[in-house]
Amino acid sequence: MQFFFEVLIAGLLSGVMYALVALGFVLIFKASGVFNFAQGAMVFFAALTTVGLKEEFGLSLWAAIPITMVVMVLLGIATERIVLRPLVNQHDITLFMATIGLTFFIEGFAQLVWGSTVRKLDLPIQDVPIEFVMERTGMLISQFDVIAAIICAILVAALAILFNKTKVGRALRAVADDHQAALSVGIPLQHVWAIVWAVAGFVALVAGLLWGARNGVQFALIFVALKALPVLILGGFTSVPGAIVGGLIIGASEKLAEVYIGPYVGGGIEGWFPYVLALVFLLIRPEGLFGEKIIRRI
Amino acid sequence: MSDRKIGDVILKAENISLSFGGVKALTDISLDVREHEIRAIIGPNGAGKSSMLNVINGVYTPQEGTITYRGEQRKDMNTYAAAASGIARTFQNIALFSGMSVLDNIMTGRNLKIKSSFVEQALWIGRARREEMENRKVVEEIIDFLQLQHVRKTPVARLPYGIKKRVELARALAAEPNMLLLDEPMAGMNVEEKQDMCRFVLDTNDQFGTTIVLIEHDMGVVMDISDRVAVLDYGKKIGDGTPDEVRNNPEVIKAYLGAH
Repeated sequence: MQFFFEVLIAGLLSGVMYALVALGFVLIFKASGVFNFAQGAMVFFAALTTVGLKEEFGLSLWAAIPITMVVMVLLGIATERIVLRPLVNQHDITLFMATIGLTFFIEGFAQLVWGSTVRKLDLPIQDVPIEFVMERTGMLISQFDVIAAIICAILVAALAILFNKTKVGRALRAVADDHQAALSVGIPLQHVWAIVWAVAGFVALVAGLLWGARNGVQFALIFVALKALPVLILGGFTSVPGAIVGGLIIGASEKLAEVYIGPYVGGGIEGWFPYVLALVFLLIRPEGLFGEKIIRRI
Repeated sequence: MSDRKIGDVILKAENISLSFGGVKALTDISLDVREHEIRAIIGPNGAGKSSMLNVINGVYTPQEGTITYRGEQRKDMNTYAAAASGIARTFQNIALFSGMSVLDNIMTGRNLKIKSSFVEQALWIGRARREEMENRKVVEEIIDFLQLQHVRKTPVARLPYGIKKRVELARALAAEPNMLLLDEPMAGMNVEEKQDMCRFVLDTNDQFGTTIVLIEHDMGVVMDISDRVAVLDYGKKIGDGTPDEVRNNPEVIKAYLGAH
């Protein structure tokens, strides 16, 4: 039983990390109806820029992070201006294709600037079991995972308030619903989009730092970001809490499946189990756990 | 009615022509709007009423003609700038933010009144919190005024048509506009809903002194509540004046009776 809980908790904590990536997708989808395929590339780019600044320019981590933050915000604003603004009022699929293009651009650009070697990112948080918990219960719970979860929780709380209680949040939701009506009440579309992309850039930075520290800063980070897809299918594309709950479910279930089902089918199911879960879920509740239910009047 | 005084001309459209490709939507239209009045633009379907409203609101830029608003001739008008200069509007096909509650929809109307920065709001500090309270109070007053208390928290997608129209009016009023553009506010309503809407339009004009420009193709209602009526047909203005003058204008009678 103790082993079960150990796996469960480790799974939940890694789920938080998936949720963090999913959050970036949700933000942009909520405000512009665009599925931003480039979110994974942004995570990679953020992590690589931080490490690059640290190693190539000899900056300390605490100097590199704010500079990367500025770079990410600028990247977000530039994306809005150069890629999205000319495509206003186009079909969603057109915008989606544009973000695929953006993905390849960011990947290429990141490697052009920083090279393609795998780099190591050391955060001042150690990936060791928490002694207190180990002594009391005998379970091995990673300190790194717990701190990552706390950072994620703070980020989510801030975003929830921003979305639900403030003018910016209302403007975001309004823009997502109806461009013309939003303009008519004096909501500046471009400004709102720039804010969303900047915030998504910030979330990508946090995710990039945590994932980078865990797996090393490398090209494969982009594929980690794709794990956000089943998270979104479970949680709903438009819900911040949904991204969190979806992340937790995916994280916990893939670890439990690996440990308890894996041995019977030869192991290695962690990689694809979330997608199967998402597929089953699509059949039962296509709008996701927290997604907006589509109501049609006939 | 009341002691409201109709003031000077605040909006003057001169020789407006608008076409989409080969289709002429508006031809050489001139009309003015006086402060505090209720000004109606009527005409049969396809007469160019909505186009005219969209020109005033900056959605369309006319190929010819000028618009002077509060003594300033406009250039490069757009919808956002119109909102910033105190013009609010409603839409013919309701354009509410369907995922949001009635309250939140109306709060979006306060968008330009909230000045705190993005960072202040993100951290929920400083004036962000105070402004939210103040603006919420104004919105609650509008909710009372338009009798929407019972649906305050309801997502607008669930509301019946007549109430949605009223929420749209509320959102426009939340901006405390000088000029309110109403695009067919009574279209598709039953008699009772029409009467309610008429009352709200009159009350708005009366209590807040808002100048109202309103479009309708149903002549009946408009004649009762408007101070002056302009009549469009096939993109041309065929009549303009008080309801009585318009009613007895032979060209108007022809357009309304002859064409149908």
